[in-house]
Amino acid sequence: MNMVEKKLSNDFYIESPLPPKRTRMQEFQRHFGQNRLAILGLFIFILFFCCAVTGLFLTSGSRPIFDPAMVRLQEKLRPPLAKPNLDSLQPQEVPALGVYLMGTDDLGRDVFARMLQGAWVSLTVGFVAVGISVLIGIFMGGIAGYFGQHHIRTDHILFTLALILGTGLVIVNYTFIGIVIILLCLAYIFYSCLARHESTEKETPVLKAVLHSNAVSVDTLIMRIVDIMLCFPSFFLILTVVALLPASIYNIMIVIGLTSWMGTTRFVRAEFLSLREQDFVAAAKALGLSNFRIIFRHIMPNAIAPVLVSATIGIASAILTEAGLSFLGFGVPPPHATWGNILSNGKNFIFDAPWLTFIPGVAILIVVLSFNLFGEGLRDVMNPKLRERH
Amino acid sequence: MTHDRPLLCVENLKVYFQSNGARAHAVDGISFEVREKETVCIVGESGCGKTVSALSILGLIPTPPGEIVDGQIIFSGQNLINLDEKAMQKIRGNHISMVFQEPLTSLNPVFTIGDQIGEAVRTHQQIDTEALFQYCVQLLNDVGIPSPKQRINDYPHQLSGGQRQRVMIAMALACDPDLIIADEPTTALDVTVQAQILALLRSIQKKRSMSVLYISHDLGVVSAIADRIYVMYAGIMVEQGNTDQIFRSARHPYTQGLLASLPSPSKRGKRLHSIPGTVPNPAYKPKGCPFHPRCRQKILSCQQEYPGMCDYGEGHLARCPVLFKPKGYPG
Repeated sequence: MNMVEKKLSNDFYIESPLPPKRTRMQEFQRHFGQNRLAILGLFIFILFFCCAVTGLFLTSGSRPIFDPAMVRLQEKLRPPLAKPNLDSLQPQEVPALGVYLMGTDDLGRDVFARMLQGAWVSLTVGFVAVGISVLIGIFMGGIAGYFGQHHIRTDHILFTLALILGTGLVIVNYTFIGIVIILLCLAYIFYSCLARHESTEKETPVLKAVLHSNAVSVDTLIMRIVDIMLCFPSFFLILTVVALLPASIYNIMIVIGLTSWMGTTRFVRAEFLSLREQDFVAAAKALGLSNFRIIFRHIMPNAIAPVLVSATIGIASAILTEAGLSFLGFGVPPPHATWGNILSNGKNFIFDAPWLTFIPGVAILIVVLSFNLFGEGLRDVMNPKLRERH
Repeated sequence: MTHDRPLLCVENLKVYFQSNGARAHAVDGISFEVREKETVCIVGESGCGKTVSALSILGLIPTPPGEIVDGQIIFSGQNLINLDEKAMQKIRGNHISMVFQEPLTSLNPVFTIGDQIGEAVRTHQQIDTEALFQYCVQLLNDVGIPSPKQRINDYPHQLSGGQRQRVMIAMALACDPDLIIADEPTTALDVTVQAQILALLRSIQKKRSMSVLYISHDLGVVSAIADRIYVMYAGIMVEQGNTDQIFRSARHPYTQGLLASLPSPSKRGKRLHSIPGTVPNPAYKPKGCPFHPRCRQKILSCQQEYPGMCDYGEGHLARCPVLFKPKGYPG
């Protein structure tokens, strides 16, 4: 850049004094810095992130520093900050800090170690689930918003349904019928490819006319799928799916992701609908840009702000959902600690050992709240209309 | 004028829009041509199909409601209507580019103007970053943006309306197109800026020897820049000719009405003329001549038939039933 500027300074461009330039990052910092709650949210989020990452290293391995699975039955239900009774413990059973920072549970396991282990679960569940849901949401919403007016032909819908039916039959062991249906579909593709070349005949038979008629628009199809998905009470849908699938943290992430993309889809579609009609999109088309470039380079950056905001809030709700599932015993399988199942275990001793429920509960509250505050701060900064008011 | 080879030739273009069961004949069989190095203006009221015809040249008519029903758009030997999307993308911006009406909304708010001009270049050419930067600065300088090296990193909201329109023109110029379509580029600007933009367009056109298709409803602007003028009414060309012919000896009653509505020093203190009524709904046009309900010179046959263009020599054509009959015929 310096070289270019030197070269250009010899030329006779009209120069006039301008106010000092701020980069985009500086602008962002300036506006974000004014929102103290958002800064607090970001700070807690970074703290949580660090805890989760260090917690992952400190609690895993064959001889972890904080062992969340170490059972000390003689030390059960000790309150927070209690000193361990060194006489009754083996040397390797003594907690690393020399104190039960957050007490012990009914099996004498160190709650601090279990919270550290659970933090990583919450973090990954939040990010992976929301990542999945945002990706699906942007994709579906973008298609519905940008290509919404295009129609899908009846034969394409029938063909897709038949293909799904065929695959389903193969999976549930009706192999022969399934394969026949799939082969029929392939034959239809082959036939329609052939027919395209000789489509000069003017008279079309009724069947062909029906098959080639426009059934629904892309927009209708996608938004009705969204409506259908929204009709299910999603927590119970997740419960059902988790009950059917083997219990594993990855299944839970995927299931939460697959059942929470509808809001993002609606957001993105709405943004695309209004942005698509903007003059700058027409101008981009008039410059000869392809649809792909227009969608991803011109419309997406304008549409991304509300998606990011809803994503940060979505992370919070994914953490909550995971905690809820673990609380109900459908979450991550028991030896592994999560905030939800610490809470769930603790509820049996809520009067004897209230810290077992309070500590994970307050942790969930703080993390979820910090994500929400951070998300709202982001929204204020990223929306130029709100920004001007500062 | 020595530039006789037609660069763009539109023949009998018909663009219809389907809406609520009715079929709006937005553009109903217009023909016009733009020759090399020539400025052609299309003049008409709001809603007469000017913008639709401009968009259909670039193939930007939204296709579910709109449809090019008939006609040819021949651009340097190619019929643009038959081209597929890929081929059209090579033409847009590269050979034909467009300047839009609203400079305030035609720039993407999230990118710097340098990014956007650069993108226009990079879409059609291979160019390295440093050369691109210099080229963009050069373009901004050409369109008269002060201190272009610093301004290149500005966002659209940091520029004034006139500057944004200059940036739009720079984007349109980026690939050195043969034809620029300017769709009312000065409508949203105030009068002094308007004059600057017009002067800029003219000087650039001379320097780069391009053709300009200028679309406007403002006869004052048109008289300043046009070589030839087409007057459009309700999707139909009603009169065409060079600037002198249109402004000195307009034949069509509509053109005469438009000219009479222009303010001028000689009409100082008097009431301005206005054409009664409004443009007909493009879905329900009157039979015969579309202008006859508002025409002061209408005769009986206006309601039944609509003859073709009548040639008055030297490229001056008008399309009006009255002109075929002696004047003063009882109406």
